[in-house]
Amino acid sequence: MTQEEIEQLQEMALRVREHIIRLSTDGGCFTGASLSCADLIVYLYNRFLNVGPDNFDAPDRDYLFLSKGHDVPALYGTFVELGWLAAERLGNHLKTNDFIYWHPNRAIPGIEFHSGSLGHLPSVAVGVAMDCKLRGLDNRIVVITGDGELDEGTVWEALQVAAAKKLDNLLFIVDRNHFQANIRTEELIPLEPLAPKFEAFGGRVRRVDGHDFAALEAGLRELSDDGGSGKPAVLIADTIRGRGLPSIQERADRWFCNFSHEEVAALLDELHGARQAEITSEALIVR
Amino acid sequence: MKNYEQTLLELAQADERIIVMTAENRAAIRNLPNLLPGRFIDTGITEQTMVGAAAGLALRGRIPVLHALATFLTLRAFEFVRTDVGIGGLPVKLVGGVPGFLSDGNGPTHQAIEDVALMRGIPGFHVFCPADEEDLVLALPQIIHSPNPTYIRHNALKTVAGYEHEPFEIGKAEVRRTSESATRPDDVAILVYGMLLAQAWEAKARLEAEGLSVRLVNVRMPKPIDVAAVLGAARESSLLVTLEDHFLTGGLFSIVSEVLARHGETADVLPIALEEHWFKPALLPDVLRHEGFTGEQIAARILERLGVLA
Repeated sequence: MTQEEIEQLQEMALRVREHIIRLSTDGGCFTGASLSCADLIVYLYNRFLNVGPDNFDAPDRDYLFLSKGHDVPALYGTFVELGWLAAERLGNHLKTNDFIYWHPNRAIPGIEFHSGSLGHLPSVAVGVAMDCKLRGLDNRIVVITGDGELDEGTVWEALQVAAAKKLDNLLFIVDRNHFQANIRTEELIPLEPLAPKFEAFGGRVRRVDGHDFAALEAGLRELSDDGGSGKPAVLIADTIRGRGLPSIQERADRWFCNFSHEEVAALLDELHGARQAEITSEALIVR
Repeated sequence: MKNYEQTLLELAQADERIIVMTAENRAAIRNLPNLLPGRFIDTGITEQTMVGAAAGLALRGRIPVLHALATFLTLRAFEFVRTDVGIGGLPVKLVGGVPGFLSDGNGPTHQAIEDVALMRGIPGFHVFCPADEEDLVLALPQIIHSPNPTYIRHNALKTVAGYEHEPFEIGKAEVRRTSESATRPDDVAILVYGMLLAQAWEAKARLEAEGLSVRLVNVRMPKPIDVAAVLGAARESSLLVTLEDHFLTGGLFSIVSEVLARHGETADVLPIALEEHWFKPALLPDVLRHEGFTGEQIAARILERLGVLA
């Protein structure tokens, strides 16, 4: 990947973060969790996945399933930047005249399946991967999970089935932002050592910086070049919750955010390098 | 008569969309692994993953037919059924093994006696409770090819002697009367689904021997319920009996009550169901006797309710 290509991705990711921040008011959204995977999602749709409006219904397209559904603003923002979703529709966030709400749904072209309840889409992706194998296709099925989501046993159940059925067309990506909803993973249900766990469940694993496009590309290329091991692939993407906004970055209480309009303006400035915004909006604590 | 497995095999051989799945319970489909290469998928003891994967297969245009014990399929995997299959509106077919009294000696962990209540509560879901294997086989082509997700209470019992099933139609019950041409109301109408049809059939004969006229309704599908059959039974009988191997809550008694209330009808109803308890585990004939569900006991309860001394 050239430096110019990297910069183009960085620019798109910056605009996606702007969309996420603008969605974080008038009812709000899961800002912190969306910012952590913005780079990952921008990378996947631009450089990795063979999917788009030209082949949304093609049986041999690549699939992306967003199992940690609450980060869907990152997806909406990316779809807008790719020209798949009209930018004005983001103004319909949480309005009854559209289908843009806190979790993904299939009414938005490009979204393959609804999610919101954690630990579901790994198994749905297993089913899609099974069918693609059965039909002799060589497309890729990607499922993004959160790291807190790994508490759910069904993630591991699905991975074990994927390994048993030799679904090497399946790629699990973990948005490893080190947070559950409001508590650090390692303080509540420690996940490390994570890579050996995935290996023990039958995956072939790479771990990279999930904000470094060159590292993402290298990790995914290594996983793709595995040469018929039959093992499902797992990419652990180390990320930072709230990435891009130092005032909410890595703060346990900034998972879901509903900022005032003034705070949104200040955070947009902060994103572009201005001084830290002063945030006084009440935080949502679920645990 | 072809059995369930043979019928499913023929349907699958004729339709590439059909995928037979199991969470390692092959009792009803033991010969299919070799006969449906690639389209028989055993996910191991993973009801949730099996249901989620079925949703994925259905997204790809397949018709997955899932097999697991009814309790684990409807309870362990409930949220996957509701959230992935239900919200997705996907044509996944869930075949629950040993439902209701058919779990006989297993004990309460294996007693699927809230399954009808749970499955019918999911928008778009159909529920089919065949009286016996013949009833199941008659329905299977329509059930599999319907666009609705469907829960099926698997039942491999033989058809009770003297009973002949009608062709199957989704949402239609089978009705038998003491006299098909009688114009006066029946003394009693028994509404039943599933394996208890055999006991209801015996109860009907015993009541007729007492001089009563009896209408027997094999509901077949608790959802969509045959409203005309329920209202007809209510309007044209002195006593309505709902009979089911299910908790009283949410099953046939609830369904019939809902139909009557919605249509402004009243009826004298005797519900026979499991009220606030799991049943005594034992071999099936002993379960039926212990719980008061033999044809003889059912007839006696009806006669008692009608004030007729047997």
